[in-house]
Amino acid sequence: MKHSSKPEPCAPLDWAARFQVLAQEARHPSLQKFYRAGTVAPQTPIEQVQLMAMDVETTGLNPGAHSIVSIGLIPFTLKRIRCGQAFYWVIKPPSELNEHSVTFHHITHSDILHAPPLSEVLDALLEAMAGNVMVVHYRNIERGFLDQALRRQLGEGLQFPVIDTMQLEARMHRGNRSWLDRLLRRAQPSIRLADSRERYHLPSYHAHHALTDALAAAELFQAQIAHHYVPGTPIQALWD
Amino acid sequence: MQIELQEIRDHLHRFPPFDALPLESLEAIARRIEVSYFKAGSDILEAGAVVQHLHYVRSGAVEIYRRNGELYNRLVEGDIFGQAGLLRSNKVRFPAKALEDSLIYFIPAELFAELCAQHDTFADFVEAEGHSRLKSAVESQGRASELIQLKSRALISRSLVWVSADTSVHEAAKVMTEQSVSCVVVMAPNDGSHAKMVGLVTDRDLRTRVVAAARSDTATAISEIMTVDPAAIQADDSVFEAMLVMLRRNIHHLPVVHKGRTLGLINLSDIIRYESQSSLYLVNRISNQTSVEGLRVLLRDLRGTYIRMVRDGATAHMIGSAISGIGRAFTQRLLELAEKKLGPPPVPYCFMVLGSMARDEQLLVTDQDNALVLDDSFDPALHDGYFRSLAAFVSDGLAACGYSYCKGAIMATNDQWRQPLHVWRAYFEQWIEKPNPATLLNSCIFFDLDGVYGQLELVQTLKTLCAQKSSRHPAFLHAMARIALNRTPPLGFFRTFVVETDGRQKRIINLKGRGTAPLTDLIRIHALACASTAQNSFDRLEVISGTQLMQPEAVEHLRYALEFLSMVRIRHQAEAMEQGETPDNYIEPERFSTSERHNLKEAFQVLNNAQNFLRFRYPAKGRPNP
Repeated sequence: MKHSSKPEPCAPLDWAARFQVLAQEARHPSLQKFYRAGTVAPQTPIEQVQLMAMDVETTGLNPGAHSIVSIGLIPFTLKRIRCGQAFYWVIKPPSELNEHSVTFHHITHSDILHAPPLSEVLDALLEAMAGNVMVVHYRNIERGFLDQALRRQLGEGLQFPVIDTMQLEARMHRGNRSWLDRLLRRAQPSIRLADSRERYHLPSYHAHHALTDALAAAELFQAQIAHHYVPGTPIQALWD
Repeated sequence: MQIELQEIRDHLHRFPPFDALPLESLEAIARRIEVSYFKAGSDILEAGAVVQHLHYVRSGAVEIYRRNGELYNRLVEGDIFGQAGLLRSNKVRFPAKALEDSLIYFIPAELFAELCAQHDTFADFVEAEGHSRLKSAVESQGRASELIQLKSRALISRSLVWVSADTSVHEAAKVMTEQSVSCVVVMAPNDGSHAKMVGLVTDRDLRTRVVAAARSDTATAISEIMTVDPAAIQADDSVFEAMLVMLRRNIHHLPVVHKGRTLGLINLSDIIRYESQSSLYLVNRISNQTSVEGLRVLLRDLRGTYIRMVRDGATAHMIGSAISGIGRAFTQRLLELAEKKLGPPPVPYCFMVLGSMARDEQLLVTDQDNALVLDDSFDPALHDGYFRSLAAFVSDGLAACGYSYCKGAIMATNDQWRQPLHVWRAYFEQWIEKPNPATLLNSCIFFDLDGVYGQLELVQTLKTLCAQKSSRHPAFLHAMARIALNRTPPLGFFRTFVVETDGRQKRIINLKGRGTAPLTDLIRIHALACASTAQNSFDRLEVISGTQLMQPEAVEHLRYALEFLSMVRIRHQAEAMEQGETPDNYIEPERFSTSERHNLKEAFQVLNNAQNFLRFRYPAKGRPNP
């Protein structure tokens, strides 16, 4: 799997301000509503932020060619992950499921036979996301696929702030690689979801169910903050 | 849209009390659960805070503390906490801290209440810190209870055959032959409608008291040869109790009475039909042996009886009573053989057993604790030679039959423990009035006492003395309580380790030393405080529950904890024997299932609570703390 190699942006992002602009620019009413719900100010301590763990399972890795087959969302804060308010959708992709991804996601043809197309869940999805800061493991997938999907459905893309637990893990475990490590080609610690969780003594789950992976990301984020940050950390230090 | 958090559902499904819930309930829980991560060392529940959830350890380890900061328990994957607060005050009773990085599931209070209301097994498990969990474990341990549940009247197989006391021996024998019975009840003559049983005559009585005694006059009234006022059992008493009466008295026929009326007889074979390899049968064989060697051979049968009773699901109470009954039978037979060899005793005596045999709680791994109480006419110069030989014969015989010599030399062969009644009275009085560390060690053994052979009144006198005197000496009870607190239960289990009070971890646990023995110690003290002469721990609990001494639930908890710990010990020994190993009292928790460890933990917690109560109930100044 390809990992982001871009450096972190130096200037902290002010998503609250950007959402105000996006609310003006958006044409589709669902998007206008989404941006108008706004987001927290950059200095808001992370302990006060309403978070939403998200995982999207897809038929492949390329947002241009592949489609979403399921989406899992679980709202949470630093204190609690609320399974009772979780969302989960199986989605009928416009393209056929290939055999490989079928075995990968445990979602079969009969599951998606009666599933709605993405267009039918978009409003509910945007409503669930509105006002929350998304937490994902490897942001490029969720951001890329949602942006592409909306472009196809509504003719305009989707932007939103994301905390990427994989990125945080990379900062912690890949930031200070010494010249000796590089010289000796010492293996970098894995920052995949399961391996990252293990570092915090979190239990191992069956991967590739959108809701389980969302739960796994939420738990990982709580663990990362407990070990490496303080609850008062401003969100601008974490999101992107 | 069905939102399935399978990971959560499947995990719950593996651990009690969730393992007994239907799948829909588990899914409902998984849909409403909240999750949180706690770094090692962080607080999960703080004392006095409001509890709104049942807590479930998904991964990691959690330590629970008492208010005073003492470690109370250590929990791992699948354990729950916070239920005590939810069930009572809604306040945190025991604060909780993450010992390792832990993932905790929070089950909302409303859902917890629903689960308790809808599922009895769930409610039983979480209620009262789970002590009733132990109750259900104990109740499901044995179906044996058949003997306990079955009322004696159910075994009466035919209508009562009786004769009037003025009937001649000849007439009585004719009635017995015609009715083909081996035993006949003798009623008071002309007693109107309310026939009263006055005696019992068996085939054997006719043989030994008429034929062998060469009484040629068969016109003799039957009342002259009958057993007067025979032992009887109440119709509603269990078959198990009937079995105990037969075991203790070595009799084969037992009249069943109800409201003063004799309903019928039950006999040995009736009970044998209900018990696979009857301990009664073994007792019978023991009393037929004519040599120590013959007795020694029966050791194997004793083990067989034991294993079979365990397999048949007998309770600890039943097994303890049966094995003690067999031990008594060995002792009695050895004394008969000794008297045969040495001649009749020069003065009356009573052979006294102490410890587990006196309590009717003997198992297979045991040594002999016994003593001789002699009549006050005893003159050492004249008589001690006889009793020394008698004691040696019995003690050596018992050792040959597997009852090894007492390491503390508490045996009738020891001069100190072969004394006339007045000396024994002085011993007990001194032990109670002026307890000191050395005598207190004796007290733990000598305050479980019973006569098994000879002039039983001698030991009865001592039983009454120590019950009445102990109850009036708070300083003695306090001193006994302090001794009883020396042996503490382990805190519980941490994974497959036993956790000791100071947080240490061990691989094995002495189930007797850290479980059943401290339990019987504290039950003894309460029974003495009630001036009870009962010896068996379950009987003692029965007496205690009839007083205001402690809460009825606390007595119930003790009963279940004792039954459960005893059964684990009994089964452990039976398994060892079946595998040809030497039975012992040491168990390895890793060989137990999660739910068995749960129950063990609960039982140890009952003991822990009971020890705390003991400390409070028998304080140094002699009055309970306010």
